[in-house]
Amino acid sequence: MGMATEAQFHVLAVDDSLIDRKLIERLLKTSSYQVTAVDSVSKALKFLGLLEDDQISPNSPYVSPNHNQEMEVNLIITDYCMPGMTGYDLLKRIKESSSLKNIPVVIMSSENVPSRINRCLDEGAEEFFLKPVQLSDMKRLQPHLWKGKYKEEPHQLQQLQQPHKKRKAIEESLSIERTRARYSGLITKNNILLEQEDGSISFFSHI
Amino acid sequence: MLGLGVDQLRADMNQLLALLFHQGVLDDHFLQLQQLQDVTSPNFVYEVVNIYFHESEKLLRNLRVLLMDRDFSDYKKMGIHLNQFMGSSSSIGAKRVRNVCFAFRAVSEQNNRAGCLRALEVLEHEYCYLKNKLHELFHIEQQRVMAAAVRYRIQD
Repeated sequence: MGMATEAQFHVLAVDDSLIDRKLIERLLKTSSYQVTAVDSVSKALKFLGLLEDDQISPNSPYVSPNHNQEMEVNLIITDYCMPGMTGYDLLKRIKESSSLKNIPVVIMSSENVPSRINRCLDEGAEEFFLKPVQLSDMKRLQPHLWKGKYKEEPHQLQQLQQPHKKRKAIEESLSIERTRARYSGLITKNNILLEQEDGSISFFSHI
Repeated sequence: MLGLGVDQLRADMNQLLALLFHQGVLDDHFLQLQQLQDVTSPNFVYEVVNIYFHESEKLLRNLRVLLMDRDFSDYKKMGIHLNQFMGSSSSIGAKRVRNVCFAFRAVSEQNNRAGCLRALEVLEHEYCYLKNKLHELFHIEQQRVMAAAVRYRIQD
């Protein structure tokens, strides 16, 4: 049995420039991503279910998610400089939200200002793209998209990828007499993967 | 006969593109626009460039209206228009227009109205040249597409 079916990532793009919206949409679609493009931070927040329709002030208190969100968003790519709320404001709102903070955010800007870049990265942005964005930049999105997807489904992939972390937990709970391999892993139809005490993975079939 | 026309037209287009690159009017980002055009989005370049024309003319009008006002002092607003023009020009690979916007912005930051008026004239001139050349490109492309269609029909 296969693990994940072919993923179709959904990216939310935010830019007040129509030309740049068209461009980023095309760049993302060419890279086989689903795209929703909006022209303001308030529209983005509405789409994400973080805003009531009548609350568009940047100073309004945090509102618990509406769960109006129709589609899961796997990554947000936003322009920095926009009238009204900026891309930085959007980044902050996302990272402050318990339901959305794991969505990777990428910032775009036409200006190369190191303090601005650092500020965004410090606030939790994954990448900073200098405009005009190019096809080659799209490759830089992939690792963040995969990481974002699997952060939400930790039980399968993470255990296999972090044997040392698990080992620490195992060691802490093992008594001296215990010699049997501790079960922690993945069951597929006919096979089982076991993590041993020393952190190595054993593979058994037809159990 | 029309089949040969296709090759000639393609050569004409490449020659015009080479000239525009050589003159610094266009840069690689224009080529990227072409790369993004495919069967799923066959008119992408044409659509984006038309949006660019529409927006640019609006911005140029706004700039002229601002500067024609003898009591003009809102250089900040001018800066906002110029940033927008710079950004969109940069995005489609209109290098020379973008560079003129950059110089114009520097002049406007000095609150120099006469300098701004001169810069606006240069900008309008550069934009006009770009628009004419892009229209020429589209015209050649359109002819090439039609010639290719006829050629294939004759071969049936």
